[in-house]
Amino acid sequence: MIKDQEYLKSKASYCLDLAKKLGATDASVTVGNSISETVNFRNKALDESNRSDSLAISIQTFVGKKKSSISSSNLLDENLKTLIEKCIETTKITPEDKFNSLPDQDLLAKEIQELDLYDETHLDNDKKIDYLRELEDTASKDEKIINTESSFSENRGNFILANSDGFCNGYKSSSFTASCVTVAKDENSMERDYEFTSRCHLNDIIKPKNLGNIAAEQTIKKLSPKKIGSDKISLIFDKRIAKGLLSSFASAISSSAIARGTSFLKDKIDQQIFSDTINIFDKPDLVKGLGSQYFDSEGVKSETLKLVENGFLREYLVDTYNGKKLELKSNGRSGGSTNLYLENGKMSFEELLKINSKNLYITETIGHGTNLVTGDYSVGATGFLIENGEFKYPVNEITIAGNFNDMFKNITLANDLEFKYSVNSPTIMIEGMTVAGK
Amino acid sequence: MSNFLDKSDLNRKDVDNIVSDTLKNCDDGELYLEDTKSESILLDDNKIKSSNYSSDLGFGFRAISNEVVAYSHSNEISKESLRNSSQNLKSTLKSSKGTYNHEIPKTNNKFYEDINPIEQKSLDSKLEVLNKVNDYLRKKDSSVKQVTASFSGEQKSIEIIRSGGEALTDVRPLIRFNVSVMLEKNGRKETGVYGIGGRQSYDEYLKNDNWKNVCEEALRIASVNLDSKPAPAGEMKVVLGPGWPAILIHEAIGHGLEGDFNRKKTSAFHNLMGQKVASEGVTIVDDGTIGKRRGSLTIDDEGTPTEKTVLIENGILKNFMQDRLNARLMNTKSTGSGRRENYKHIVLPRMRNTMMMSGQHTQDEMIKSVDRGIFAVSFGGGQVDITSGKFVFNCTEAYEINNGKIGSPIKGATLIGDGPSILKEVSMVGNDMMMDPGIGTCGKAGQGVPVGVAQPSILIDKMTVGGTKL
Repeated sequence: MIKDQEYLKSKASYCLDLAKKLGATDASVTVGNSISETVNFRNKALDESNRSDSLAISIQTFVGKKKSSISSSNLLDENLKTLIEKCIETTKITPEDKFNSLPDQDLLAKEIQELDLYDETHLDNDKKIDYLRELEDTASKDEKIINTESSFSENRGNFILANSDGFCNGYKSSSFTASCVTVAKDENSMERDYEFTSRCHLNDIIKPKNLGNIAAEQTIKKLSPKKIGSDKISLIFDKRIAKGLLSSFASAISSSAIARGTSFLKDKIDQQIFSDTINIFDKPDLVKGLGSQYFDSEGVKSETLKLVENGFLREYLVDTYNGKKLELKSNGRSGGSTNLYLENGKMSFEELLKINSKNLYITETIGHGTNLVTGDYSVGATGFLIENGEFKYPVNEITIAGNFNDMFKNITLANDLEFKYSVNSPTIMIEGMTVAGK
Repeated sequence: MSNFLDKSDLNRKDVDNIVSDTLKNCDDGELYLEDTKSESILLDDNKIKSSNYSSDLGFGFRAISNEVVAYSHSNEISKESLRNSSQNLKSTLKSSKGTYNHEIPKTNNKFYEDINPIEQKSLDSKLEVLNKVNDYLRKKDSSVKQVTASFSGEQKSIEIIRSGGEALTDVRPLIRFNVSVMLEKNGRKETGVYGIGGRQSYDEYLKNDNWKNVCEEALRIASVNLDSKPAPAGEMKVVLGPGWPAILIHEAIGHGLEGDFNRKKTSAFHNLMGQKVASEGVTIVDDGTIGKRRGSLTIDDEGTPTEKTVLIENGILKNFMQDRLNARLMNTKSTGSGRRENYKHIVLPRMRNTMMMSGQHTQDEMIKSVDRGIFAVSFGGGQVDITSGKFVFNCTEAYEINNGKIGSPIKGATLIGDGPSILKEVSMVGNDMMMDPGIGTCGKAGQGVPVGVAQPSILIDKMTVGGTKL
């Protein structure tokens, strides 16, 4: 059973009281418990079951403007006492930093609106197995599929965040995730692809047949790929890749990157950084949203932000420490973005494919070729060549490269936004990037 | 050594009984106990930004029947918690009819000392080094706009209890010292990063003011990049420098030779054993036995002593890297490659220190032989698609080569290649084999483990460079 709020509260207040007693002027504590149960299938048979029960506590202590932190998974009072003593000792010899503080009291979350983030349904492992069996039966129907691996995972968590200014709140959340990875083979190549579904509520996940079908279809389509020549060509990013570009944007506007001066978007507030049709929102109060939160990891209330308006950058993602450095108030984004999305464009997916007679449609990227200091982007990619709106053949062993400053200004969007992840984007077309191939 | 049962309501006999009872009809499995103390201290933006100490204790209980793995972990070491886990494993493997394999090789070797690096250097002296780094770099060059320096250290104590009561223990120190510097000149910003580390005390790495060398190297990389031009795009010859660029070997070849992907036949290498997969003269080993290296282990996370495993010998594929599960199912022996990030994760076959051995050529010969290509000296991360065999890695320091001469530095570009064929494109192997500085972390199935790499300079005849300049 997941630990209840009373237990977590008692641990949190034990730590706060002790920290104060031992000389901390301020302190904050997060204590949480998460339980997850996962079943993995491979080639239609049980492969692995995994149960995980984790307790974790992290404590920050302040002595004036000095700060230090500790974390542990051992919640015995005796161990916590030793750690807090060590933490305060460390705090005292750590140099002062005038920006260190708990969040401003008037920004702390007070009222909490119900967002339905917890589904108490428990699915027995046998039921998870039924789901995976149906999924893999569908996924392996085509004889080109030579290997299937799938997984069903049920996760629930509960936590309390408390600080010495009197904030003490927390909540339960759950997620149900199923995934399927398939390998297909023909005389020319072996390819892998996947599909997954993740929701707060069990009833909202994709049906096993659909999941298996999508994974298998996507994998078979990739067989016998060709390498194309190096070229400047219009790129279309599948939604699952487009969301990665949006995540890079979110990292570049985090107040820590801005305050440190290590972002290509520093000093770009109120400047146009995207094409003028682009609007980007971050919405923490989406009912059942995978990225939803009642408050951020410091207890600060968070409201919907319009980060980009008609192409103009309007806000950074601000936490308390970096906010003070930048003379901005925290907007409740200490943990980063919440439910981040690009607003829909005007045209349909099919219309987007037809704007240019030749496009490269990107379904997967590999590598860590994103440089947020310069905005340079260069990654390995696989996808499909599209001519006159039609998928011609799969493409691999190529790279795509550009710079975010130019890429953002050359974006055209389809109108097919779905809320499938915590970062969501419609299909994106970007013109002017370089493909390196043969 | 940690006494894991201290302060719990369990005694050794209870534990042995629960373990033996749970595993009685299983083929393999163990109780894995782990106690980790770790710290990280970060200087950033002219200040000590954070100092964190963490203490993590827990167990992972694993039962294996044929190819099915049941796993349960918790950070409450108590009778109730262990019994719950046992129950959970038994219910997953209720129809198991295995015979427990008690055989596990022993070793008297030790590749590092039982030290706790965190306690061996005072916090004050760590803070002092970080502040010196900051002052040194900012005084050295007025274009330095940001300095980040960090220490991280840990001591991980493990105990593996097998059915029948056999117990194996290990205490593993690990440290890392890292410096990152950002320069700004004429409106351009570039970063340079360098680090060192391994399984010894901090001071072993910092003696003779070695921190200055780390600063110089980070600064040098950043300065080079300030003058970089857009990288070329397309297929060309690539010369790789010695040492850290061996992450190419790690991504292109290493992952594809891990036992699990080959048992499942999802690796592009699964049907190539005994065949030629590389040019003559190419020999690659994975070695867990090099003293004090980041990727070295006295025993792996299943208790098997590590070894030096020959993967490719003179171009021919010789061995895969195995943990106990995959070895049993493939009728071979564990190579001591069974690793896990911590008690929260199952064991997987993983790399340790992956190394390409020296050949005959000089780096100079290689560069002179190239008409048009690039010379890659340092890399950021890499990644591989095991199934298609395609892999990438990102240059953080690279130069054009024109008519046999090194030219201008080029911007960070991704290189992409095909694992099973790339080593056949190696036309020269250098005589300058070098280990990396001790900074690698390998990710697989969401688990990160410390690894090492090494190689001499090599010349690759054809690779795709992902620049922007056509």
